[in-house]
Amino acid sequence: MQNTTYHKASSAADAAAKLSGAEDGALLAGGQTLIPTMKQRLAAPSDLVDISGVEEMRGITVSGSTVTIGAMTTHAEVASNAELRSICPGIADLAGHIGDPAVRHRGTLGGSVANNDPAADYPAAMLALGATIKTDKREIAADDFFQGMFSTALDEGEMIVSVSFEAPAKGAYAKFPNPASRYAMCGVFVAQGAGGVRVAVTGAGDDGVFRSADMEDALSGSFSAEALDNVSVSADGMLSDIHGDAAYRANLVKVMAKRAVAAAG
Amino acid sequence: MATVSMTVNGKVVAEVVEDRTLLVDYIREHLRLTGTHVGCDTSQCGACVVHVNGKAVKSCTMLAAAADGAEVTTIEGVANGDLHPMQKAFNDNHGLQCGFCTPGMIMSGIDMVNRYKAEGKTLDEAAIRAELEGNICRCTGYHNIVKSISQAAGEM
Ligand SMILES: Cc1cc2nc3c(=O)[nH]c(=O)nc-3n(C[C@H](O)[C@H](O)[C@H](O)COP(=O)(O)OP(=O)(O)OC[C@H]3O[C@@H](n4cnc5c(N)ncnc54)[C@H](O)[C@@H]3O)c2cc1C
Ligand code: FES
Ligand code: FES
Repeated sequence: MQNTTYHKASSAADAAAKLSGAEDGALLAGGQTLIPTMKQRLAAPSDLVDISGVEEMRGITVSGSTVTIGAMTTHAEVASNAELRSICPGIADLAGHIGDPAVRHRGTLGGSVANNDPAADYPAAMLALGATIKTDKREIAADDFFQGMFSTALDEGEMIVSVSFEAPAKGAYAKFPNPASRYAMCGVFVAQGAGGVRVAVTGAGDDGVFRSADMEDALSGSFSAEALDNVSVSADGMLSDIHGDAAYRANLVKVMAKRAVAAAG
Repeated sequence: MATVSMTVNGKVVAEVVEDRTLLVDYIREHLRLTGTHVGCDTSQCGACVVHVNGKAVKSCTMLAAAADGAEVTTIEGVANGDLHPMQKAFNDNHGLQCGFCTPGMIMSGIDMVNRYKAEGKTLDEAAIRAELEGNICRCTGYHNIVKSISQAAGEM
């Protein structure tokens, strides 16, 4: 790892100030992606601004059906929050299957969403739940936020503060994890809420998380796994790598979508 | 360089280290507590698991500076005169062969038992296997590790 200068932020405003004062700074959340990336020298920020101590960016609030989760909330906290689990079990289950327990103790929702790894789990939840990503500058709809693999609407130095969404009437996530890394080879989040049915797929697309209009249409007619029987998922635009080719992934999309619908009940 | 101070196994320590210093290097190279191992250095194997403020973390994937002010427990800090029930259980059940993964297995084992107890959940065999997702052992085939954690869960 290249040397770097470490700063601990005391508040969101302090983090923004420290970041803008740095030559080539990066926010350090849980570090579960950034530190491995720095060790590989794929990233070499001049400064790290650690936001793990910023209390205002942490925590889960449920008010009516509106859920707000601070960017610094860890995967373990999302997985074990009873109030969240009762109103939106899909996202709690998703968080509980990210990586392993030690990764879940450090890794955060904000870090995962900002990173937009094409095989990460949270982007599928954000897109299917129609979440709003709140930054220190503005609010961004999930539909506009994710812009292809590792790419988001965040500007240089912009920081995610929290995300919020309306808990859907029904919602669930089904994931086919890579047996070695536990990242999704395909993960599908389905949600049926006030805005209709939304289906978001991660891990499978060659340009990151995406929505499936065909599956959304089919499920709008009838919210059942059988409703997906006649939907064909094309291999075009699917990832193809040593873990599975495009046709295999296209099939996984349908299988995981059916499992998610069945789990949503 | 900055002074990084924390409480490790109940003792307050302070070391002047480079900002990029990983927690595992702080523990091994500066404090000379070499029970915590580096197996992969890529966040996969769990040989480096320690507890930070009571939670299992991979110390190869955290900066020492980020643990400033924290309470850290390493494998050297779990025995209290006698072996910790988790250590004894690994001994009783032949839960190790070469022993390289063992410090991380024990720290993860203690963490999962504590969490399941706090949440009032049963740590059955399937749960132990799922919880061991981030701990790799090249020797044992895991079976006796699972048996060890299961025994300790009954005694802790
Ligand atoms: C062994 C292992 C297994 C894993 N398995 C999975 C898995 O199954 N599924 C999965 O989805 N993920 C997985 N991950 C990744 C994990 O979820 C990470 O925690 C997550 O991707 C990044 O979150 P972080 O808090 O660690 O962020 P960091 O690593 O600290 O940061 C990641 C990036 O986001 C930026 N950033 C962080 N916070 C903010 C913010 N608030 N605003 C703007 N930018 C920000 C950082 O500058 C950096 O560029 C795994 C990681 C490991 C090590
Ligand atoms: S050395 Fe830290 S996970 Fe392998
Ligand atoms: S006992 Fe040798 S690696 Fe686990």
